[in-house]
Amino acid sequence: MIDSADQETVIVMTGVNKWFDDFHVLKDIDFNVRRGERVVVCGPSGSGKSTLIRCINRLEDHQQGSIVFNGVELGAETKQTASLRAEVGMVFQQFNLFPHLTILENCTLGPMKVRGASRAEANQLAMEYLEKVHIPEQGEKFPSQLSGGQQQRAAIARSLCMRPEVMLFDEPTSSLDPEMIKEVLDVMIELAETGMTMICVTHEMGFARTVADKMIFMDEGRIIEEGPPEEFFANTKNERTKLFLGQILSH
Amino acid sequence: MFTRIPRLTLIDYMIFAAVIAAVAYVGYRVETVLIYTWDWSVIPNYLFRWDEGRGSFVPNLLIKGLATTIRIAIWTMIVASIIGTILGIARTSTRLFPRLVSWAYVEFIRNIPPVPFLFLFYFFIASQIIPLLGIDEAIQSASPETLAVAEFFFGPANLMTNFAAGMISLSMMSAAYIAEIIRAGIQAVPKGQREAGQSIGLSHIQLMRYIVLPQAIARVVPPLAGQFITLIKDSSLVALISIQELSFMAMEIAISEQRFFEVWIVTGGMYFIVCYACALMFAQLERRIGVHRR
Repeated sequence: MIDSADQETVIVMTGVNKWFDDFHVLKDIDFNVRRGERVVVCGPSGSGKSTLIRCINRLEDHQQGSIVFNGVELGAETKQTASLRAEVGMVFQQFNLFPHLTILENCTLGPMKVRGASRAEANQLAMEYLEKVHIPEQGEKFPSQLSGGQQQRAAIARSLCMRPEVMLFDEPTSSLDPEMIKEVLDVMIELAETGMTMICVTHEMGFARTVADKMIFMDEGRIIEEGPPEEFFANTKNERTKLFLGQILSH
Repeated sequence: MFTRIPRLTLIDYMIFAAVIAAVAYVGYRVETVLIYTWDWSVIPNYLFRWDEGRGSFVPNLLIKGLATTIRIAIWTMIVASIIGTILGIARTSTRLFPRLVSWAYVEFIRNIPPVPFLFLFYFFIASQIIPLLGIDEAIQSASPETLAVAEFFFGPANLMTNFAAGMISLSMMSAAYIAEIIRAGIQAVPKGQREAGQSIGLSHIQLMRYIVLPQAIARVVPPLAGQFITLIKDSSLVALISIQELSFMAMEIAISEQRFFEVWIVTGGMYFIVCYACALMFAQLERRIGVHRR
């Protein structure tokens, strides 16, 4: 356990290494997130960004080093893992809404089955968050009846219904049409304004500038650069970061 | 809605003509080669007979046999689905032991033809498992009312142990095939669905119950329907182990009356009606499930 002085730090990753068979995806990752901090992770594809955040809610295991969440060390899957995951919200690139359930049911499943809320409480909670993501009128519909942007916002609401301490976003706008990206980013900006701790893997640099407290640049499994966005965008010293930023900011 | 009237091409007409010619030729051969005097008059009496004592028609052997076939088919569907689902889940388990047991069971049954399986397992089940179930004791101690209910569900009391043995044998056989269908369905649910379920904190069992199985089963309704129809037809095999279902009755009547073609044609027709009704029900179910799917 860590003492109260460190309570401000929600996630501490120390010397984390991970392999997919022979492929070394994460190399000596040291990474801290404070409560209320907004971190944006970027980097070329295959650099290990997604794997990094998937390790935080145990969708992936790490083989070396330690990940401490709220003072609890994360390890092999146990009974506690499920309750731990409930504290960490996750938004996926492909939305992953449950297609056989309505939007409302997607949002109430977790609170009812994991938190033991009654149907009435869960419905009220779900409506509250569906309003926050601006789709309260879509509750009775099935995911396939919604646009991509609406589906992603519903997925954000589903995660928020668990009242998580941290929200992870894994390229939330990468599979959306351009006109729908803004509606999802707007919701994420509003969420950031409520003080939510967020870690976003995204290439939306406009969003990063507006929201991020800290930028992380990854390449080939390593964290190459870490710093506040002003510094990161204006005068990065690293060649690879410059090259990457040049590529994605040029258009 | 407009239905487009299909346009018939030359090829369609040629196929029609070929089919009609083939049917006519078979009819002609049967008429000339087969020296057989058709006599359908014995059939109706075996469907329903006049009961002097009650003064009304009562079901006779063929209808009773059909009732047994339907009973055994429905119970087998239920029992085989339960065993098959458990085995199917076990086959996708991350643990080695359940996966191995389920794999061994499925391969063992899939690679033995039904007749040897039924002969071997019927005697094992009838002598070992049925006494454990205590059906005879239950029948003896049951009140007339409960017995009447039981007879509605399981057939005549004196044949109930026999019925149970046949039903369990058939279920064990079908369960292996259903297990494979369920396994395929579970594996067809995208990985992202599990991950999304995990990310809201669902336990392993909750994930199966609320996310994976509902989607897996919706996906496997068509192959499951095929398996259920196979099961109804395979139930005719239990005639071999003296379960008095439709084929057993038909065999008895055909021999005692010496009217093979008439009895088997009627019997075949009865199976067709049951199987086709089952197929229609599943088609309806498939449409209902399909409404909200991508």
